[in-house]
Amino acid sequence: MAIEYLGLSEINGPLIALDGVRDAAYDEIVEFSIDHGKDHKLGRIIEISGERAVIQVFEKTDNMSLDNTHTRPTGHPLEIPLSLEILGRTFNGIGQPIDGMGPVASDDFRDVNGLPLNPVQREYPRNYIRTGISAIDALTTLIRGQKLPIFSGNGLPHDKLAAQIVRQASLADDSQEEFAIVFAAMGVKYDVAEYFRRTFEESGVSDHVCMFLNLANDPVVERLITPKVALTAAEYLAFEKDMHILVILTDMTSYAEALREVSSSKGEIPSRKGYPGYLYSDLATIYERAGIVKNAKGSVTQIPILTMPNDDITHPIPDLTGYITEGQIVLDRTLFGQSIYPPISILPSLSRLMKDGIGEGYTRKDHQGLANQLFSAYAKVQDARALASVIGEDELSANDKKYLSFGKAFEESFIGQGEEENRSIIETLELGWKLLTLLPREELDRIDTKILEEFYPVTNH
Amino acid sequence: MEQTAILYGINGPVCTIKGRTSLRMGEMVYVGKDYLVGEVIRLTSNETTIQVYEETSGLRPKDPVYGTGSGIFVTLAPGIINNIFDGIERPLSSIAKDSGIFIKRGISVDSLDQKKKWDTHITVQVGDKVFGGTVIATVQETPAILHKVMVPPGISGKVLSVVPDGAYTIHNPLVILELADGSPKELSMTQHWPIRTPRPYLKRYAASRPLITGQRILDTLFPIAKGGTAAIPGGFGTGKTMTQHQIAKWSDADLIIYIGCGERGNEMTQVLEEFSELVDPKTGNPLMDRTILIANTSNMPVAAREASIYTGLSLAEYYRDMGYHVAIMADSTSRWAEALRELSGRLEEMPAEEGFPAYLASRLSGFYERAGYVQNLNGSDGSITIIGAVSPQGGDFSEPVTQNTKRFVRCFWGLDKSLAYARHYPAIHWLSSYSEYIGDLTDWYNSHVGPNFIQCRNRIIGILNQESSLMEIVKLIGSDVLPDDQKLTLEIARVIRLGFLQQNAFHVEDTCVPLEKQLKMMELILYLYDQCKDLIDMGMPMSYLKQESIFDDIIAIKYDVPNAKLSLFRKYWHQVDHFHDEVIAKNA
Repeated sequence: MAIEYLGLSEINGPLIALDGVRDAAYDEIVEFSIDHGKDHKLGRIIEISGERAVIQVFEKTDNMSLDNTHTRPTGHPLEIPLSLEILGRTFNGIGQPIDGMGPVASDDFRDVNGLPLNPVQREYPRNYIRTGISAIDALTTLIRGQKLPIFSGNGLPHDKLAAQIVRQASLADDSQEEFAIVFAAMGVKYDVAEYFRRTFEESGVSDHVCMFLNLANDPVVERLITPKVALTAAEYLAFEKDMHILVILTDMTSYAEALREVSSSKGEIPSRKGYPGYLYSDLATIYERAGIVKNAKGSVTQIPILTMPNDDITHPIPDLTGYITEGQIVLDRTLFGQSIYPPISILPSLSRLMKDGIGEGYTRKDHQGLANQLFSAYAKVQDARALASVIGEDELSANDKKYLSFGKAFEESFIGQGEEENRSIIETLELGWKLLTLLPREELDRIDTKILEEFYPVTNH
Repeated sequence: MEQTAILYGINGPVCTIKGRTSLRMGEMVYVGKDYLVGEVIRLTSNETTIQVYEETSGLRPKDPVYGTGSGIFVTLAPGIINNIFDGIERPLSSIAKDSGIFIKRGISVDSLDQKKKWDTHITVQVGDKVFGGTVIATVQETPAILHKVMVPPGISGKVLSVVPDGAYTIHNPLVILELADGSPKELSMTQHWPIRTPRPYLKRYAASRPLITGQRILDTLFPIAKGGTAAIPGGFGTGKTMTQHQIAKWSDADLIIYIGCGERGNEMTQVLEEFSELVDPKTGNPLMDRTILIANTSNMPVAAREASIYTGLSLAEYYRDMGYHVAIMADSTSRWAEALRELSGRLEEMPAEEGFPAYLASRLSGFYERAGYVQNLNGSDGSITIIGAVSPQGGDFSEPVTQNTKRFVRCFWGLDKSLAYARHYPAIHWLSSYSEYIGDLTDWYNSHVGPNFIQCRNRIIGILNQESSLMEIVKLIGSDVLPDDQKLTLEIARVIRLGFLQQNAFHVEDTCVPLEKQLKMMELILYLYDQCKDLIDMGMPMSYLKQESIFDDIIAIKYDVPNAKLSLFRKYWHQVDHFHDEVIAKNA
C-alpha cells in the first residue's frame, strides 16, 4: 500500500514530526524521498498520538525541509535480509551493504528488534573458550555463550586485546565446529575499524566475518540500530545455521551517548548524568541476546568493548553494563604505564560463569582453588603496597616483602605476555603454581589441603 | 470479547485512549489485534492511559482495546509449584511450546494446567459452616507441599453438597455453599486474586523465630526472623544473586518464591537446572518441589517487570494462608524501581531524586509490609519473609533505592566490593551490616541452640570491631610494632574471618551448616582466644604462639569436621589444651 505524505510538520535534530498520518504503526520504518528522489533516507516511528507521528531519522536531517520531503510508511519494522552470504561482507550501521558487492540475495527478512529468549529454552553455558591469555583463562575464564565485556579507557589497548582473543580463541576440545565473527562498530574511529579488518584478514578469517560499521562521522541515530542489526545476524547464524558466533561490539559508550542525545532531543526526563531512565532496559535488550538455546547447536558469545569515561567504573555506562553482563574484564592504566600487556586489572575483573566451566573434566581440578588463591594473594599485595607507600618498603615485615616480590613477578610474567603469545591452559596453571612458591606455604589458605599436597611444586628452595 | 475503546497514542509501553471510557482504574485490558495484555493506570475525562505488558511494536492508532472488567489477577490453584512464570503468571514452558526459543507477543496461555486431574480429598461435610480461609479439600501438589483448597476470603455459608474424594481438574466444582442470602455458590479449586491487593489475615505476630539459612554470617551475626524483611545491597559482582541462591537452597522455609526481576536470563536457567537436581536436605525431594520461579528477565517488557513483584507476593500470600512459611527472594528490587522510573518518565510525572518518582518510598514500603508472621483467617499460622536484593548505582549506598529500602527493612546485609575483590565470600561486611531481630530472637537461640549462643555471637562481633580499629593503626605503622595482646586480637580475627565468616558455597560440607556446628565453631575459636590470652599474660610473645599450626587447623574445621560428625570437636578442644601446654613447656 503506497500512501505517501507530502511535507513535514517539524524538524528538530534527528526527530521529525508528521501530522495527518493514518494507518501507521508504532516502531514502523518509513522511507523519505527528498527533492523528488534525489536523496533517500530511512526513519523509524517512535511515538504516535492520533494522527501525529514522531519519526527518528537514521541519517542526518540536513537538506530536508518542511516541503521537499515525501514520506512513505513501509508497513513493517526494520528488517534485514539474511543468508549465509552475509559472511565476508561489510555493511553500514543499518545493514545496507557498503562493500560494493550488491545486495544480499535472500527472501528471509528478519525484524532487527529481536524477541526476548525464553529462559526455559536457554541452556546454561558450561564450555570454556581458551583464549591463550593467562589472565583471562586462569582468572576470568570466557565461556561459550557468555557476555563478557572489556571495560577500558581511552588509549588503552582494548582493540589489541579483542583482536588477540579473536585470533587465539579455540574451544577446549579443538572440535571442528563452524565458527564466525560478527563485528559491530558504533561510532569508532576509521583507524580502529581498519585495524580490525586487517587483523581478520591477516589471521585468515575474513570470509567468516560479517562487519557492521558505523564510524565516528556516521549519523548518530544509525548507531542505535547497529548492535541490533548485528545481533539479528548473529542469532540467525547461531540458532538457525548452527554456528558458534563471537560478537564484538565496540564502542558501547558511543551507543549510550547516542541514546542520550536522542533522548534529550525528545525532551525526556533524564536520570543519572543525563542518560535516560531506560538505559538499563535498553542495554539489556542488547546484552541479553547472547547464549545457548536448546535444540540448536550454535551459540552467541558477546565481547562488548566500552571505554569508561574518565576511567570511572561507577559511571552509568560501565555500571549498568556490569549489572547485565556475566562479568567483566577491566583494563588498568597503571599496568599499562608499566608496559604490561594485556593490562588487565584482575581484582575488579570477574567471570560469573567461570565456576561451572572449569575444574575437573573441563580444565584441571586445581583451577578454582588456584584462581582463588591468586586473587586473594594479589589483594594482599595491594595492602602491602599501600603500607609500603606510608612506612617505606624497608620497614615492612618479611611476609609483606614476600608479597611485594610476588606481586611484581605476577604482574610481569603472569598478567604480562606477548601479543602473539598463545599459552595453553596447563602452561598457565603451572605458571600460577610457580609464582605461589614465592609465598610461604602457610599463606596459601584458599586451597583445599589435598589439592595443595598434589599440586604444590616440590622442587623449590 | 467486546471492544471497549479504540487506541489513540503509543509511546513505548504506554498507550493512550482519547475521550471518556468506562474502563476502571487498574483494569486489565487487551490491546490491539494481537491481544497484548495491559493495565489501566490513569483516567481523566479526556484521556485513559494504559501500560502494556508486552512489546508494543506494530500497534496502530484506531486498534481495538478490550476491557475485561477486573484488575490484573493471579490464578490460584494446584500446579503453581515447580513451575516457572513470567511477570504476569504465564507459564514460560507453555509459551515455549507455542512460540519456540523466543517469547512472541500476544500469546494467550492458561496460567495453570486446566486438564490435569488432581487426587483430591474433601475435608468438609454437608452442613458445615465455612468462611473465608476454611480448607475444603486437600491435594498433594508436590511430594513436599500439601495444597489446601480454601474458601476465598469474603465468602461464607453452609455446605449444601460435596463431591466424593477422587480425581478432579482445577475447574471441577467440589463444594456447593448456601450463602447468607440463600443463594447457592459453587466452589472449585481455582480462585482469582488481584495482585495489588494484600490477602487478608486475622492478626500479625511479633518476630520470634529465625529463618535458618545455614549461612554462618547470616544465622549467627545478622539473623532474620520468619516473617521478617532483609535487603542485600551490593555493586555488581559482589554476590547478591549467589547469596539469594544459597538462601533459596538451604533455608528452612517451606516454600521459596524466587522472583528474577529484570536480571539475567542465564541466572534463571541456572536456578531451574540446579534446583531440579539438588535435593532438599529436610525432605529428600528435589528443591524445585518447593520452589516457584518468576522470571521477568532484563530484556523482557518493562511493565511486566513492575508487575512481577506483586505476582510473586500474591502467590506467597496464598500459600501463607495454607499455613506455610514462605520466603520470597526478589532479585533485584532496584530493577523494579527502575521500571517504576521508566513508566513514570513516560507518563511525564514530576521526578524526585535521580529521576525516580516521588512515590518510590511508598511503593517500597507497601512491598516490604506485605511480609509478616501472621495468624491466617482459618486460624493456622504462616509467614512471608522477604529478602530483596538491591543493585545500587555505582555501588553507592546513598542512592535513593538503597536509602528508602533501609527505612523499611529490619535486616541489612551490605555486600562489600573489597571483600569480593579478595574473593572473600559471602562478601557481607560485618561492620556495615545489621539485624534488628537480634533482640527478638535471643530467647529462641538461647533455648533452642545453646544458652551461650548470643553471648558467643556478641564476643565474636566485639573481636571483629576491635580488629577494624586496630587495622587503622596497622595501616599507618605496620603490625610489627603492636603489643602482643593486640597481635593476638588480629590473629583471632583472622581465624574468625577465614574459618568462620568465609563460607564456600561449592563445598559439600560447607555450603550449609547447622546451627549446632556454628555454635561449636564459635565456642572453639573463643576457647582458643582465651587460652592464647592466658599465654600472652604469662609473657609469651605472639611469635612463639604462631609457630604452632593450631590457628590454621582451626580455620580448616569448616572443611575437616563433617556436619554429621560434630563429636570430632572434642579432639580440637584437646588440641588447644595441648598447644597451651606445649608452648609453656617449650618456652618456660
